[in-house]
Amino acid sequence: MFDQSNLIYRYDGSFDGLLCCVFESYDKKEIPTEIILPDTSQTFLFTAKEIKTDIEKSSRVLASIPEKMGYDALNFIRRAFLTCAAKKELYILLFLRLGYRYGRSIMGMLTDDTVNTLFKAVKHLDNESHLLKGFVRFSIFNNVLVAQIEPKNYVLPLMTQHFSERYPEERFFIYDKTHGMALVYQPYQSAIIPIEDLELPEPDEQEQSYRELWKLFYDTIEIQGRHNPKCRMSHMPKRYWKYMTEFGSSPKKSHLKLEDTAKFLIP
Amino acid sequence: MDVFDKLKILTDAAKYDVACTSSGVNKKAAAGGIGSAAASGICHSFSGDGRCISLLKVLMTNVCAYDCKYCVNRKSNDTPRASFTPRELAELTINFYRRNYIEGLFLSSGVLKNPDYTTEQMIEALRILREEYRFFGYIHAKAIPGTDSGLIARLGMLTDRMSVNIELPSQSSLQLLAPDKSKHSILAPMKYIQNRIQENSTDIIKYRHAPKFVPAGQSTQMIIGATPDTDFQILNLTEGLYKKYKLKRVFFSAYMPVAENALLPTLDTTPPLWREHRLYQADWLLRFYGFTANELLDQQHQSFNPFLDPKCNWALHHMDFFPMNVNRAPYSDLLRVPGIGVNSAKRIVIARRLATLQFNDLKKLGVVLKRAQYFITCSGKATGNLKITQDKVLQSLMSEKTLGMYHQSFPLQSQNKQLSLFEQPSLLLSGYPQEDLQRCLTSPI
Ligand code: SF4
Repeated sequence: MFDQSNLIYRYDGSFDGLLCCVFESYDKKEIPTEIILPDTSQTFLFTAKEIKTDIEKSSRVLASIPEKMGYDALNFIRRAFLTCAAKKELYILLFLRLGYRYGRSIMGMLTDDTVNTLFKAVKHLDNESHLLKGFVRFSIFNNVLVAQIEPKNYVLPLMTQHFSERYPEERFFIYDKTHGMALVYQPYQSAIIPIEDLELPEPDEQEQSYRELWKLFYDTIEIQGRHNPKCRMSHMPKRYWKYMTEFGSSPKKSHLKLEDTAKFLIP
Repeated sequence: MDVFDKLKILTDAAKYDVACTSSGVNKKAAAGGIGSAAASGICHSFSGDGRCISLLKVLMTNVCAYDCKYCVNRKSNDTPRASFTPRELAELTINFYRRNYIEGLFLSSGVLKNPDYTTEQMIEALRILREEYRFFGYIHAKAIPGTDSGLIARLGMLTDRMSVNIELPSQSSLQLLAPDKSKHSILAPMKYIQNRIQENSTDIIKYRHAPKFVPAGQSTQMIIGATPDTDFQILNLTEGLYKKYKLKRVFFSAYMPVAENALLPTLDTTPPLWREHRLYQADWLLRFYGFTANELLDQQHQSFNPFLDPKCNWALHHMDFFPMNVNRAPYSDLLRVPGIGVNSAKRIVIARRLATLQFNDLKKLGVVLKRAQYFITCSGKATGNLKITQDKVLQSLMSEKTLGMYHQSFPLQSQNKQLSLFEQPSLLLSGYPQEDLQRCLTSPI
C-alpha cells in the first residue's frame, strides 16, 4: 500500500497518460501529492507509482468529462495541459475531481485555489500564443517560410489554425526550441513533429533585403519625442526579441528592385 | 531613388498617424489566396515609443498640394519628397506579410495633384494587392477630404477600414490651421462612408455573398494641444462621433511641434502626452464602462485632473454612490468602482453566483484592492478598520511623490474639509508625474 501523504504518480507525459492517473486516483480512492514525468530526476525519497497508459481507461475518463462538467471544462483542461505551470498535472487531476463533484458549475468557481491556479496558467498560455501570432518572424528559404520560437508554454497546437488560415498556399515551418517540436504545413495539411535541432542557411540576397527594409521601417516609425522603452518592454517582453528580425544584426544596405522580386508570387 | 529611400521618407512622413490597429473583422483567405484577419487585432511589434505596430503604415506620397500648418508634409515645408508606385507598394506589403512582419497595410497620402488623382493611385495599389496577389489581409485606407464619392466607394470595396481625419477638434481651429479643409469636407465623406456601410449591411442580409464595404468600420483621429480646444469640447465631440457616425474608434495624438508658426505652440513645447493619456482613459470609459462625457467633465470643469484618472476623479466626487456591496451590485455599477475593470467585473458576476465573495477572493479575480477597498464592501464588511478620508483614498491612488505634487497644486486646508478637487492646478505641464506618462494607452483603468 502507498501512504497517502507521499503518494507519487509517474506517467508517460501524454494527455492520455494523465487521464489514466485520474482513473487510477478514482479506482484506488487515493489522491497523489505529485505527478511526475518519466525523466524527472529522482530527488524524491519515495518511489513513484508507475501509471501505465491504457487507451481504454483514458477514453472512459475522456468521455465522462463533457458529460459531467461540459465541453468548456474539457477544452479548458486540454489547454491547461499545454501550459508551463508547475505541477499542472496535479492541478488538472484535482480540478477534475472537483468537476465530478460539482458538475458544470466548476467553470464558475473562480475563487477556488485549484481552479484559480489553472485559470491563471491558461491565461498565460493564451496570452503567449496570442503574442506569438504577431511576433513570429519567417525567413524565406527556397520559397519555404521558416521561423523559430522559444515559448514558455507549448503553444504550437494553438497556432496551427491561425497560420494555416493565413498562409493556405504556402509551405511553412515553425520550430519550437523549448519543446523540441515543429509545426509543419503544406497545402492543405499540417502536423506537429519532434525536431532535434534546426540550422538555418544564410539568407539569400532577396531575403536579406527584406530584413533590412523591415528594420528600416521599424526604426523610422518611432516618434523619437515619445521614446518610451518601458512601455515597449511591457507589451513586448525582451525574451521574445531574440528571433525578431527588427532586433537582428546591423543592416548592410543592398540594392533591390522590388519589381523583380515578387514575380513568382503572381500566378 | 531606390526603395530603401522611399520607404524611409514615406514612413517618416506617416508616423504621426496614430491608428495602427488591425481589429474589427474576422476572415480567412479563400483558396489560392493569402491572408487573414482577427477581430481582436494582432500587434506584430512595438516601436521604441511603445506603440503597437500592426500594419505597414506609409504614405503613397508625401508630396502635398495643401498647406496644413501642423503637418510635416505641408507644401511650404522644405523636406525630401517621394512617391511609391502602386506596384512597389503592393510588393513591399506582400513580402512583409509573408514574413509575418505585419497584419496588413495602412495607407494614407499627401494630396498629389488633387484628391481624386491621389485616391486613384491608392486604389491601383490596393487593386494589385487584392486582385493579383489575392491578398485577404487587413487594409486600412485614409479617405482624402474632397475626393469624389464614386472613388471613395471604390476604395471602400478594397479596404477593411477607412478613416477620415477630423484633424482638429473645432471648425475655428481648422479654419486657422488647415485653410484647405473645412468641417464640411471632412464630415461629408464620413457621412457617406457611414451610409454605404449601412446599405451594405442590408445587402449582405439579402445576398449572402454581396461584396463587403469597409467591414471593420471607420475611425478618425484628432490632434490634441495644437489649439486651445478644451478636454470637455474634445470629449463631447468624441461622444458625438461615436453616436452620430457610428465610428469604431476615435484616436488622439498629442501635438508634436513640427513647424515654427505664430499660430502654433513653439517648437520647444513638450507634447501634452498626459492629456492624450487622460483622453484615451475617458474614451474607454465612454465605450466600455457606460459613462457619458457630461459625467466626466462639464462647463465648469473643462480639463481633466492631471493627477487622477477620470474614473477615480468621478468616484471621489460621488462618494454617495459608495460603498458598494460587490455581492449585490449590478454589473454596470461594478464598472464604476476604481480598481475594477471590465474583466474583473465579469468574473465577479460569475463567481458570486456560487459563493459569497470576500476580500481575498476579489484579489484572485483581478480586482486592484489597493484602489477598490475604499469603495466596496463584501456583504456588509469593509476592509479592516479603515477610516475613509479623502486623503487616505488619495494616498492609495497615487504614489508619494505624486501626492506631494497634488498637494502643492491643491493645498489641503484641513484633513476634514472637502478637498477643492475641482479647481484646476495652475501649472500642469511642467510637473506632470512620470509614472503616469509611462503607463501606456491601453492600460486598464
Ligand atoms: S492634406 Fe494631409 S498631408 Fe497635406 S498638408 Fe494637410 S495634413 Fe498634411
